Amino acid sequence: MSIGLTSAAYIAAAILFILSLGGLSGQESAKRAVWYGIVGMALAVGATVFGPGVGHYVVIGVMVIAGAVAGAYVAKKVEMTEMPQLVAALHSFVGLAAVFIGLNAQFELASVVNMQQAGADTAVLAGFAEVLAHKTPVEILILKVEVFLGIFIGAVTFTGSVVAFGKLAGKIDGKPAKLPGGHVINAATIVASIALLVVYFNAPAGTAAWTLLLVALIAGFLGWHLIMGIGGADMPVVVSMLNSYSGWAAAAIGFTLGNDLLIVTGALVGSSGAILSYIMCKAMNRSFISVILGGFGGTSGPAQEIAGEMIAIDADGVAAALNDADSVIIVPGYGMAVAQAQGSVSELTRKLRARGKSVRFAIHPVAGRLPGHMNVLLAEAKVPYDIVLEMDEINEDFPSTDVAIVIGSNDIVNPAAQEDPNSPIAGMPVLEVWKAKQVFVSKRGQGTGYSGIENPLFYKENTRMFYGDAKKSLDALLPLVE
Amino acid sequence: MKIGAPRETFEGEARVAMTPDSALQLQKLGHHCVIETGAGMKAGFSDEAYAAAGVEVLPSARALFEAADIVVKVRGPERPEAEMLRRGQTLISFFWPAQNAELLELCKDKGATVVAMDMVPRISRAQKMDALSSMANISGYRAVIEAGNNFGRFFTGQVTAAGKVPPAKVLVVGAGVAGLAAIGTAVSLGAITYAFDVRPEVAEQIESMGAEFVFLEFEEAQDGAATGGYAAPSSPEFREKQLAKFRELAPEVDIVITTALIPGRPAPKLWTEDMVSAMKRGSVIVDLAAERGGNCDLTVPDQKIVSPNGVTIVGYTDFPSRMAAQASTLYSTNIRHMLTDLTPKKDGVIDHNMEDDVIRGATVTHAGAITFPPPPPKVAAIAAAKPREKVKELTPEEKRAAEHKAFRKQTISQVTMLTVGTALLLFVGNYAPPSFMAHFIVFALACFVGFQVIWNVSHSLHTPLMAVTNAISGIVILGALLQIGSSNWLVVILAAISVLIATINIVGGFLVTRRMLAMFQKS
Repeated sequence: MSIGLTSAAYIAAAILFILSLGGLSGQESAKRAVWYGIVGMALAVGATVFGPGVGHYVVIGVMVIAGAVAGAYVAKKVEMTEMPQLVAALHSFVGLAAVFIGLNAQFELASVVNMQQAGADTAVLAGFAEVLAHKTPVEILILKVEVFLGIFIGAVTFTGSVVAFGKLAGKIDGKPAKLPGGHVINAATIVASIALLVVYFNAPAGTAAWTLLLVALIAGFLGWHLIMGIGGADMPVVVSMLNSYSGWAAAAIGFTLGNDLLIVTGALVGSSGAILSYIMCKAMNRSFISVILGGFGGTSGPAQEIAGEMIAIDADGVAAALNDADSVIIVPGYGMAVAQAQGSVSELTRKLRARGKSVRFAIHPVAGRLPGHMNVLLAEAKVPYDIVLEMDEINEDFPSTDVAIVIGSNDIVNPAAQEDPNSPIAGMPVLEVWKAKQVFVSKRGQGTGYSGIENPLFYKENTRMFYGDAKKSLDALLPLVE
Repeated sequence: MKIGAPRETFEGEARVAMTPDSALQLQKLGHHCVIETGAGMKAGFSDEAYAAAGVEVLPSARALFEAADIVVKVRGPERPEAEMLRRGQTLISFFWPAQNAELLELCKDKGATVVAMDMVPRISRAQKMDALSSMANISGYRAVIEAGNNFGRFFTGQVTAAGKVPPAKVLVVGAGVAGLAAIGTAVSLGAITYAFDVRPEVAEQIESMGAEFVFLEFEEAQDGAATGGYAAPSSPEFREKQLAKFRELAPEVDIVITTALIPGRPAPKLWTEDMVSAMKRGSVIVDLAAERGGNCDLTVPDQKIVSPNGVTIVGYTDFPSRMAAQASTLYSTNIRHMLTDLTPKKDGVIDHNMEDDVIRGATVTHAGAITFPPPPPKVAAIAAAKPREKVKELTPEEKRAAEHKAFRKQTISQVTMLTVGTALLLFVGNYAPPSFMAHFIVFALACFVGFQVIWNVSHSLHTPLMAVTNAISGIVILGALLQIGSSNWLVVILAAISVLIATINIVGGFLVTRRMLAMFQKS
């Protein structure tokens, strides 16, 4: 295949990728959009494999088949509640690949430079090495920066995603943990990396591989340490941030290899992750920096005292209220995912809707551990997506709602965010469930949420606590609703 | 236990404390129900209906008082009734212990336990047995109906072929349960409704019912929470301000419904004679406080009078009894809830738990002793409400100025960013070779396209978005493919691993996205 044809295929692929992302604006167009992405990827890979300068077809074939089988297996087996882990794990792969490719670029560069110094004929070189051989000294310098960036971002993404995976899968404790020294260590690693960049710049190209290996290790440590310091409920931001980084890493590799398709795709993915992070931060009313540096900010005064008592209720009481209600809004949170209660929630919804009641879902942008996590869980349980609404769409409807059911969420329905200027989450947009005529909170126990903040909602006069595991509670409720 | 409801002996009282429905529920608690013959007649429940519900019908009050372990009534006992009580018997009814000290003494001497429905503490858990509220609700509704009955016009405004009808203007004074019910009824009949209350924290409730809160500019707002949600007497200055406001409203309004009561005091005089004379001919005043002297100067309890200038003043005190069927249904449910709390095991055995806040609060005599007044409940009735902060209305000029300022700020920040960005690009372009710049242009444009496209992605599809971006970030496979042809074995190995994991990414990402999207279904 000629270079011209390859380029044409690349352009088509880039357009298809853009259409693929754009198609996600609606549920129906999304089903088509994913095909655009698949065709685009097939075009890109096909054009590259049969394009100039590629060899070792047997190795490629074996690796692609093995990878495809593994990927298909994982995609088929994964539970929807495990999506956050899967996404994090896939990010780590991109990061690792970026590190390897960056190192390869350095090895090739070294061998080309060695050959040139030895006076050998560079015309015999093929593929990437051939491209390198034609670079001017300034271009080589820029190439070095790109390689360096690719490896640095790739390594941060790799270890960061591995830690995020561990935390989301429950293999690592979800609580923030930092080494003594905290952000000083992070700053030190960045300084060390810049120093290594200078060394790498000045070292002769043939012998500089060790600096890159060292940078990979240091950046890997940085990624590990950064994400270890961030708690479970901030994971939506972390995962979108890592998503963004994996894109930037791909773009950096694209610069190194002079491949425009890589650059375009990397930039698309990078900006997508950046926007997601921005939306998540906005939904928590926190700056990106404060989330990444971990932990909640200090309080500016004593928390407001909470008057009243938490009143428990049993399934009979909840069922009676539901039977009388005309309109119900359900607010799911991470607790629903943990208890795997989405099926029971869906069944309850179906029963209530069959009786002509209006049932809707209110989704806070940071509910769950992944942007849009709740939507996917509800979709899996066959809850129609047109009754699943965003916070901004539904928040005004609470005053006219008979019953609001909060299932396993806490901070996102905390009225302190609006009422108590001293609260650590003051100003965070929350779902105003307490404005409904009656609120039921399904919760395992009396404890506070992830942020450790008392929730005055539980003490409100129209709130009843429905204690117990979300799935068991709902299953007890189902036969009583008729 | 045997639960019995006698016929009400009070003149004109039509309600009954047990309905066939509530009897069925009581039997589920393990109790046995009896009723005096004809007790439910005036409320529309025949003896046959009771018998069909499994209730034993007894011929006389005496037989009933002898048979029943628990007597449930609406009105407090008359003297002859109290005489019939015996040791160990329980009476559940309205009682007003503060006003009926003698009767209380008599019941104590008889050894009976008296649960006063009017003493149920105002806490959330006890709402289901709050008979004062359920009766007040009826009074509020009926007050509007009664007003409509005496008012010669429509409530709602209409434009008809025969001419235009202006809507009636209703003022409700006092937004307690009765007041809110009156507001709701008046609004749903189509009247323009205003409401006033001395407690500023109820403004929100008034507005939620669709009425307009009559706002009084006054510094020292009282905190209604301190008095368990009831109003407290106001200062003379405040009263003056309030009356001045009413005087201003009097010529405008067609119907006034007053519900202002202060616990343990005569009703405050809020609608003075001069206000009545300022009202239009044909207007109506319904005074729900008539029993306690009335909010209006001219009110005569239990009577409907017409003032010299043609304003009808209704002073009935028996609104709930005038809707006996509805009132009996609600009251008997309140009683049933009280008995549910008194029968915690649902086995027909009464456990009079004096540790329970609600039961303790409502019990006025127990085991031969007077237990009134009760200690304050452990739970506050309502949370202290903060006085409402007034939102400053911005004038159009101020708004425009603010918008202009925001626009300017935005423009400045955008221009600054563009300038800095351009400068940086120029700097890079000055040093970097053209091959780099060509790629850089592609990169910058792709970032822009990305931002534009991603903003439109639906929030509910963020997880599929992440999965799909994951899949396409597997594009790094191209890098590995370009390097795999190398002659350096280390490069080949690393590139091969990269191809492997990038493929997992691509295939896994796309397949899982498809799986997720297939799940999204429309109803």
